[in-house]
Amino acid sequence: MNNYKKYNYGTAILSAFEYLLENHPEVFVIGQGLWSPWYVGNTMTDLDKKFGVDRIIDTPVSEAACTGAAVGASLAGMKPIVVHPRMDFMLYAIDAIVNQAAKWSHMTGGNSHPAITIRAIINRGGEQGAQHSQALHAWFSHIPGLRVVMPSTVADARDLFIASVLSPDPVMYIDDRWLYEQVDYLPPVVVKDLSKEGPKLLAEGSDMTIVAASYSTMLAQNARVKLAEEGISAEVIDLRILNPFDSELIIKSVCKTGRLLVIDGGWRTCGMAGEVIASVTENMQVDKWKNQPCRVTLPDAPAPTSRVLEKIYYPDEEQVVIAARKLFT
Amino acid sequence: MNDNLDKLSNPKFFHDHLDVDDIATEQLIEQLKSMLIIRMTEQYIGSMRRDGFIGGPVHLGVGQEAVAVGISQWLRKTDRVFGAHRSHSHILALGSSLHGLFAEILGKNTGHSGGMGGSMHLQDKENGFYGSVPIVAGTVSLAVGAGIAAKFQKNNDVAVAYFGDGACEEGTVHESLNLASILKSPVLFVVENNLFASHMHISQRQTQNSTARFAHANGIPAAVVDGNDVVAVQVAAKKLIEDARAGKGPGFLEAVTYRWYGHVDWRDDIDVGVERSTEDLKNWRARDPVERLKQSLVRKGCWDDTQHQECCTQIEYEIDEAWGRAMSDPYPSEAALLERVYAPPVKS
Repeated sequence: MNNYKKYNYGTAILSAFEYLLENHPEVFVIGQGLWSPWYVGNTMTDLDKKFGVDRIIDTPVSEAACTGAAVGASLAGMKPIVVHPRMDFMLYAIDAIVNQAAKWSHMTGGNSHPAITIRAIINRGGEQGAQHSQALHAWFSHIPGLRVVMPSTVADARDLFIASVLSPDPVMYIDDRWLYEQVDYLPPVVVKDLSKEGPKLLAEGSDMTIVAASYSTMLAQNARVKLAEEGISAEVIDLRILNPFDSELIIKSVCKTGRLLVIDGGWRTCGMAGEVIASVTENMQVDKWKNQPCRVTLPDAPAPTSRVLEKIYYPDEEQVVIAARKLFT
Repeated sequence: MNDNLDKLSNPKFFHDHLDVDDIATEQLIEQLKSMLIIRMTEQYIGSMRRDGFIGGPVHLGVGQEAVAVGISQWLRKTDRVFGAHRSHSHILALGSSLHGLFAEILGKNTGHSGGMGGSMHLQDKENGFYGSVPIVAGTVSLAVGAGIAAKFQKNNDVAVAYFGDGACEEGTVHESLNLASILKSPVLFVVENNLFASHMHISQRQTQNSTARFAHANGIPAAVVDGNDVVAVQVAAKKLIEDARAGKGPGFLEAVTYRWYGHVDWRDDIDVGVERSTEDLKNWRARDPVERLKQSLVRKGCWDDTQHQECCTQIEYEIDEAWGRAMSDPYPSEAALLERVYAPPVKS
C-alpha cells in the first residue's frame, strides 16, 4: 500500500490529465473555462500554468467549431481532449460528434480514426433547471462508432480517462460532479485498453442484481448496504462502458439472481435502463425470472428549478430501496 | 471592401484569354491536363450514373475545375485538405488515382474509402486529402483543427477547407473563421461561390453576394477572384498559402464560379434552380475555365489542337482502363459492415 496515493474523484481526473500531458506530447486540451478555476471543479487545477496555454486552450464561446477542430486535429495525428463543462451546451457540437467523429472510421473504410476524447460533464442540482442539468448518455450510446464511458469510482475516473484519451476511437467520457467528493487510494497508473473494458461486478449477491452507471452506481452501492440489513443480498454491476454495450456479465448475473433492478440518471423512455432490461430479457429464459424487471429513472420531464420539485426529480437511495423491495413481493 | 461581386457574378464578362505571361508554360500545361482529367472524369461519372452503373448520387462540379487545380499547385502531400459533397475535383487535383475514385463510387473494396463512402465520403490521406462529407459545412471546423495540429507539429503544413456559398449560411463556418483567426490556425478557407445552394440562388439566401465579407469580419486576409481563371486562382492562393505556412494565420479565398449541371447527377435541364435561365447557363459555359486556358496557351504558341486531342485521347484511355478495373474489383466483405465501426483491436 506504500505507493498508493489518496485521491478524490475530482483529483483523480486531474492526475489523469497530468499523466497524459506529461507522457503524450500529442495530447492537448481545448474547451471553455479551462483557464478559470471554477468551471470544472478541482479536475483541471493549474494545468494551464503547468503545461502552458498553448496546450490547454481556453476558447471562444464556440462549442461546434472547437469540437470539430479537435476532430480535425485528431485526424492529423493529435490526441485532443475537448472539455464541455456542461453537457447541455455541448449540443451545439452534435454534428462534429455524431456525424463526423462517430462515423469517420466507417465512412472512410477504416482508413482513418478520430482519436478524440470529449469530456462531457453532468453538472446538475442546485435549482439550475432544464438547461443546466442534463445527463444524455443514452442519446450518445445510441450512436455506433462512439465509445461512451461513465466512470463511477475514483479509480475508474482516472484510469478510464487515460484509456479514453489513448483509445484510437472517438470517446465520450461523462463525469458527474456529484461524484467528485468520493475518496480512494490509488496505485500508480497502469494503462488500460479501453476496447477491452466493460461492465464490472462491484459486489456479489444472490437475491437480485442492481445495474447502474456513474452516480447511480453510488446509489446502488448505498442501497445494497440497507438491503443487506433487511436480509436481501444484492449483486451490483457498474456499467462503466455504455457503448459499445456488452451485456454478457449482466445476463449471467440475472440468470443467477432471477431479479433485475436498473438505476439510471437519465430519462425513462428510450433510455439506458430500458436497453439493459431488453438485453437481459431477450437472452434469459422466461422461467428463470423470479419477478418482473424494474427500473428507477428520472421522470420524463425536464429538470425543474423549484426545490420541492427538484427533490422528487432525482432518484435517491430510498427510491432504490423501495423499488428493490417490490421485487420480493 | 466590396460585398458585391459585380462583374464576377455576371456571366457576360470574363470570357477572354487568361493572363498567362507570368506563369511557367510547363506549369500551365500540367494544370490544363489536370483540369481535363477532372472534366472528362466527371462527365464520364455522369454518364455512368445516367446509364445505371452508379447506384448513389454524384454531385458534379463540371465548370469549377480551375479552383482546385489552382490551389493544389501550392500544396504538398503532408497538407490537410477537406472537402464536401462536390469534391471530385478536390481529390483529383491532388493527384489521387482515378481507379480509387471510380472504385469508391462503385462501392468496391479497393476504393479510396474501402467502398464504404461512395462519391460523398472520399479520403486519400497519402495525397493529402483528409476527407469530404456531405453535411454542409461539416468539415470546415475539422480543417481548422488540422491546422492547429500542424502548429503543434511545427511542420509548416497547412489545412484547406473547401466549401460553398451555401455553407456560409451555417453557424459553424462563422465559429470556425473566428476560432482560426484567434488561434492563428494555418488554414485556407476556400469558398467556391457558384451562386447556388442546391436550387436557391444566393440572392434568395444572402443580402450580399460576396462571402469574403465574413473573412473581413473576422480579421482574415481574403482574396476574391474569377474562379474560372486558373491563373487568378493560383496567384491569389500562392500568397495566402505562403502566409499560412509562415505562421501568419488563416486566409480566405473566394472563387466565383458556376456548375454546369444541377445540384446532383448529370442533367442540366432539371433541378437547376429557381433563378437559373438557359441564357445564364449559356453565358457561363462561355466562361469555361478549361477552354479559356487552352485558348490562352494556343495563342501563346505553346499548345495546339493536335496536342490537345492527343492529351484527351490519353485521358480517355486512362479513364477506360481505371473504370474497367474498378468494375471488376470485389465489393467489401459482409464482415466490413461491423468491422469498420471502430479501429481494429490491438492484439495483446
